[in-house]
Amino acid sequence: MQRIIAVLLENESGALSRVANLFTARGYNIESLTVAPTEDPSLSRMTIVTRGDENVLEQITKQLNKLIDVVKLMDLTEGPHIERELMMIKVRADGGVREEVKRMSDIFRGRIIDVAANQYTIEMTGGSQKLDAFIQVLGEECIIETVRSGVMGIARGNKHLV
Amino acid sequence: MELSGAEIVVQALKDEGVEYVWGYPGGAVLHIYDALFKQEAIQHILVRHEQAATHAADGYARATGKVGVALVTSGPGATNAVTGIATAFMDSIPMVVVSGQVPTPVIGSDAFQEVDTVGITRPCVKHNFLVKRVQDIAMTMKKAFYIAASGRPGPVVVDIPKDVTDPDIKVSYVYPATIQMRSYMPVERGHSGQIRKAVDFMMQAKRPVIYTGGGVVLGDASENLYKLAQVTGFPVTNTLMGLGGYPATDQLFLGMLGMHGTYEANMAMHETDVLIAIGARFDDRVTGKIAHFCPHAKIIHIDVDPASISKTVRVDVPIVGQVNNVLEDMLRLIEEMQRKPDVKALSDWWARIEGWRSVNCLSYLPSDQVIKPQKAVDALYQVTREMDFYLTSDVGQHQMFAAQFYPFDKPRRWINSGGLGTMGFGLPAAMGVQQAFPEATVACVTGEASIQMCIQELATCKQYDLPLKIILLNNGYMGMVRQWQEFFYDGRYSHSYVDALPDFIKLSESFGHVGMQVTNPADLEAAYREAFGMRDRLVFMDIVVDPEENVYPMIEAGKGHHEMHMSPYLSSERELA
Repeated sequence: MQRIIAVLLENESGALSRVANLFTARGYNIESLTVAPTEDPSLSRMTIVTRGDENVLEQITKQLNKLIDVVKLMDLTEGPHIERELMMIKVRADGGVREEVKRMSDIFRGRIIDVAANQYTIEMTGGSQKLDAFIQVLGEECIIETVRSGVMGIARGNKHLV
Repeated sequence: MELSGAEIVVQALKDEGVEYVWGYPGGAVLHIYDALFKQEAIQHILVRHEQAATHAADGYARATGKVGVALVTSGPGATNAVTGIATAFMDSIPMVVVSGQVPTPVIGSDAFQEVDTVGITRPCVKHNFLVKRVQDIAMTMKKAFYIAASGRPGPVVVDIPKDVTDPDIKVSYVYPATIQMRSYMPVERGHSGQIRKAVDFMMQAKRPVIYTGGGVVLGDASENLYKLAQVTGFPVTNTLMGLGGYPATDQLFLGMLGMHGTYEANMAMHETDVLIAIGARFDDRVTGKIAHFCPHAKIIHIDVDPASISKTVRVDVPIVGQVNNVLEDMLRLIEEMQRKPDVKALSDWWARIEGWRSVNCLSYLPSDQVIKPQKAVDALYQVTREMDFYLTSDVGQHQMFAAQFYPFDKPRRWINSGGLGTMGFGLPAAMGVQQAFPEATVACVTGEASIQMCIQELATCKQYDLPLKIILLNNGYMGMVRQWQEFFYDGRYSHSYVDALPDFIKLSESFGHVGMQVTNPADLEAAYREAFGMRDRLVFMDIVVDPEENVYPMIEAGKGHHEMHMSPYLSSERELA
């Protein structure tokens, strides 16, 4: 079962290592982890994508809560939520495919943010599956380099972490 | 008040009411040592190895319930302390370890005696801090003590770079009176609905068992546990860490459970229909194979740590809260609602338990030729039972024999490394206990392998006149390793024979103590009386015991509670269902 856990934690040195350490020390999976300070600079917000059976996921949330630096957490997958990931992808765009790549990027609502004679760099946001789909459509030969932010998530409606 | 960082560290310790600090000086903590030198409120105990500093602080904490404090230098000082920190972490012992660090400008440059102490200790502390500004020391110390002692207790490391304790940089000092942390709010009281549900289960139980662990001892809940058992008439079993949490000589007590637990305790666990787990964490040495664990039971689990609940065993009624508060609420509820247990079923249950008890699972083949380790513990009990007595232990067979054969009637009297199983713990832990209770009789039961792991502390005992009694059950082997090799490796005793043992009498004498050897069972009690009669001397008793005695009953790792090996002395081995 895949879960997306949003964590609010003290923005202190070592807080990230505590979380990372917990996952390795207890053998939990971690598929992606993103973190940055919030509008309140004393707090950081982290989104963790993890996987495991029900018991493991229960332990993950409990063990995260037990970390002294963790202020609050929420399992976003328990309710309606929005998840987004940012990708920047550098692709070959020469000769015949240059137009095709541009068109494909438009269809996926990507934006070309850098142009070279034979390359485009495309910025794209969306759910992870959409980004996966774009990568698949372009094909391996076309891709030079990708960088993905990992998933960020937020609950829909009136639910909120803070 | 304007103080330097070093003075703030010391003043904060005073403001926390700290009486003793166990430590070892070194470059990075010299400023702090200088501040210690200039005061008299806190006594510093100079150990001979930093591991002992943490174990001694730990022993002090276990015996008193207060936070134990250790002070070590950077680098090797900190790494030597790690074993003691991990020991305290596994057994949830409140402890604050102040470590020196290299000056902030050189952190990360592989400076002399630099290690990433915060990084190394992170997995084995409740929390740790690196203090980068002198202004932050007071608040950090306050947080450290608060975190160490509250909720589920544990060790906290405060790592302080040398420049932060600079005697020439003074800042105003105010020790915070209270503290609130938005990210740390331990639960105090249990959920009343859950407690009510638990009482419902308990009163309908036909075959109940109360299973308690270190949480009852650490949470000072023994009195209320006793009341609960008396009100309900339910049988009680303790984990290794829980011994003394319930009076061992009481009729309702079934003894310890688990790998080397009693037949009656383990069989009762196997057949119980309502298990009341209190301050216990379903450790693998207790549960055996999870699939066979309490197969018929509804499980109630009271624990201050939500992460302990349903970690290894799914429970039916989780109650998160300080165990003493929960027991208090539970007792009140039982009284208010006039709830009564099922007396008829309980009497049948006790008849069944008495049947198991009559097996007398701890019996052993007596001998007048060689001292049986069980006999050595039993005789120790006979001699010390009327005393104000504390027993610390090392790790191995002697630890199990002590747990089985010394009935502890009071909490905080049995002090051993349960979770981490740290050989070398016993002697320094006993130093901490003796320091806390100078008038009490403190003994350390140990083996010839364990005692050598912190033997250097005999010098500390001399320096501070600690009249400990060291009860060395000397079988020449790492007994527990040898036992496993006998059982599971066809008797191939790979490196478990402790060759080239020192002459323990001369050894203790060279440290300025009294040494004594006992080989004849007939001399045992007299030797104990003589040793314990020397009130102001450390006496090292080298008790030569049967080299190949085994600890029974035993549940092999991965087996269920009903699959115990019983002593061959009792009968042919039974598989009892």
